[in-house]
Amino acid sequence: MTTRPIALLDARLIDPVAGTETRGGVLVENGLIKDVGARVTRANVGSSADVIECAGDVVSPGLIDMRASEHRETIQSISKAAAAGGVTSVCVSPESNPVLDTTAVVDFFVRRARDHDGVRFYPIAALTKGLAGKEIGEMGLLGQAGAIAFGNGQHSVRDTQVMRRAMTYSCDFDALVLHVPQDADLAASGVMNEGEFATRLGLMGIPREAEVIMLDRDLRLVAMTGARYHAELVSTTLSVDAISRARAQGLNVTCGVSINHLTLNENDIGDYRTFLKLMPPLRHEEERLALVEALNAGAIDVIVSDHCGQDVEDKRVPFAEAEAGALGLETMLAAALRLVHAEQISLPKLIRAMTSRPAEILGLPQGRLAKGTPGDLIRFDPDEPFVVDPTKLHSRCKNTPFDEARLQGVVKLAMVAGKIVHG
Amino acid sequence: MSGDCPLYTRLMASLRAKTSFNHRHLLGIGGLSRPEIEHLLDMADAAVKVSRQVEKKRTVLSGRTQINLFFEASTRTQSSFELAGKRLGADVMNMAVANSSVNKGETLIDTAVTLNAMRPDLIIVRHYCSGAVELLAKKVSCSVVNAGDGSHEHPTQALLDALTIRRRLGRIDGLTVAICGDVAHSRVARSNMILLTQMGARVRVVAPSTLLPAGIERMGVEVFRDFNKGIAGADIVMMLRLQRERMDGAYVPSLNEYARFHGLTEEKLFAAAPDALVMHPGPINRGVEIDSDVADGARSLINEQVEMGVAVRMAVLEVLAQHLPNG
Repeated sequence: MTTRPIALLDARLIDPVAGTETRGGVLVENGLIKDVGARVTRANVGSSADVIECAGDVVSPGLIDMRASEHRETIQSISKAAAAGGVTSVCVSPESNPVLDTTAVVDFFVRRARDHDGVRFYPIAALTKGLAGKEIGEMGLLGQAGAIAFGNGQHSVRDTQVMRRAMTYSCDFDALVLHVPQDADLAASGVMNEGEFATRLGLMGIPREAEVIMLDRDLRLVAMTGARYHAELVSTTLSVDAISRARAQGLNVTCGVSINHLTLNENDIGDYRTFLKLMPPLRHEEERLALVEALNAGAIDVIVSDHCGQDVEDKRVPFAEAEAGALGLETMLAAALRLVHAEQISLPKLIRAMTSRPAEILGLPQGRLAKGTPGDLIRFDPDEPFVVDPTKLHSRCKNTPFDEARLQGVVKLAMVAGKIVHG
Repeated sequence: MSGDCPLYTRLMASLRAKTSFNHRHLLGIGGLSRPEIEHLLDMADAAVKVSRQVEKKRTVLSGRTQINLFFEASTRTQSSFELAGKRLGADVMNMAVANSSVNKGETLIDTAVTLNAMRPDLIIVRHYCSGAVELLAKKVSCSVVNAGDGSHEHPTQALLDALTIRRRLGRIDGLTVAICGDVAHSRVARSNMILLTQMGARVRVVAPSTLLPAGIERMGVEVFRDFNKGIAGADIVMMLRLQRERMDGAYVPSLNEYARFHGLTEEKLFAAAPDALVMHPGPINRGVEIDSDVADGARSLINEQVEMGVAVRMAVLEVLAQHLPNG
């Protein structure tokens, strides 16, 4: 099916690679960006294109989310939620039912994703069979079936020998290894950040060291094996420092942070709000500020939604018994814009962490504002205020940590390969 | 001004409410002001008198239904609440919910909604999860009393401890109280720390480092790892039960070692103030955190604490009943 060319005119163009913001337009034709810049004007695009006047709204590449879960969602619901949030490419966690650990399941996922009209989906396959951390996954076959990378969901691979072999083997296929580092023994029965606040609430804490001890192990294994490694979620400066040191040694390692850890802290748990029970847990405000700084300095590569829907019955229980996880796709951009409005980061830098930087790590062509790249674009007004109403979210679940929050930044249009999927 | 002017009556009622106790639930000591605590203790003093009479029965809760909902086994707290409710004339029902993990919290909300439909006036709840009682309180239309939630709070225990101290020593302000033992897992310790500091006592916590929770020093208490130094000069030595069943792992190498370094013995008690008093929320592990000769000795307030428990719970039930509809 061929669609008519679309021209987005008179926009604030964010080029995440160049780190610039300029005035101009984008012309999309045959699913690709045909032209971009100040010369794309109504006079130049001709009458064959549909014209959208952006009136000074931001136009940037569509966001790429490296970590979202399909748990409790459908392809349709997650696609709508993503598009409404400006996310046009979603990497889906292997932690699903069934686990994405066989070619049949990955293949089925790829087909389902392809047969719907919405955002792009990329399956992350299981690094270990059944995510059990015992046997390494079929990286060759799963890669051929369409897996974009290999991860272990919420679970860290506890057995160092298994992790070593997974990393060693991944090199044969130049596969990207994703991991959420957390020492299960040190985290034990912890349910939130260890510290004064947990003590006051009478909840067991998880120390920051539980994360960095596992990350340090992983980084040693990277040095040993030469694997391409990405720490999916870091929540403390200890981890950022570890990643920076590894990079200084020339290791090919990157890391991500969830939007929650950039915009919320442990105090938001308040009187046992289970929607803020996350893994890794929300940390102290000082940690949050340091993470924002690390993002600004480029020490943290990407921002992820860590979208994880949970049913009410798994959340309306005592804090210690509640499932961890929060919705994120639909509010990620607006929540992230808080950092821009607080003048903690520039808009192009923020957008880079959700577009070109994940694209580079994943080896995807989109996520750039350049001629010949895929026509995945979003238009948004970064200043338009709104109040998050859980009943209006597109997700099947309602566990947003931004319930009733006042945010700024409304996505007016999302386009995938030149086709409008939202707005 | 005439006493039957409705505006005046309402004004006086609201003034009384403001200066006494104006909460629907008692979920914790956190959030209570010093005058509110003192008001409860004053009422409990009166309840002690009632309990010491032959005729112990009162009628303030007559016609009211009280449900004791215990998700965690308890003998003394549950019977104390039961007796308190009965002495005030309430119909008391005990519900022991099996500590089954099959349905976990689902049953909590479901049970709350079900019980609420039976129109109780007061629900007394103990649960093994911190915050669970607060969660339940949001789902019911009656008054809720926290009888212990996880490692969070046990407000009536702290109140009865305060009453015991105040009756014996005449004050709390200015006393040095050493809370010793498994502070990390203890809701009794948390409620007492909040209450005693609020009332002007100097509070110390004394425990091996593995049983001290993170950030405890920022809760207005002095922290000691050495037992003898921790109780030195203390007016009250408050021992905590070593919650063996709640421990995931080895927080202390052995009971023997714990008893040696952190158990209270007659000899160690010499380090405390000359007329220091000993308390324990019970049930006691004899020979572990406290030796029998101390527990049963002249300086022990343990039995008095049990008596004060009933009185404090009567006071709490009565004060909450004042705010019940048609009360």
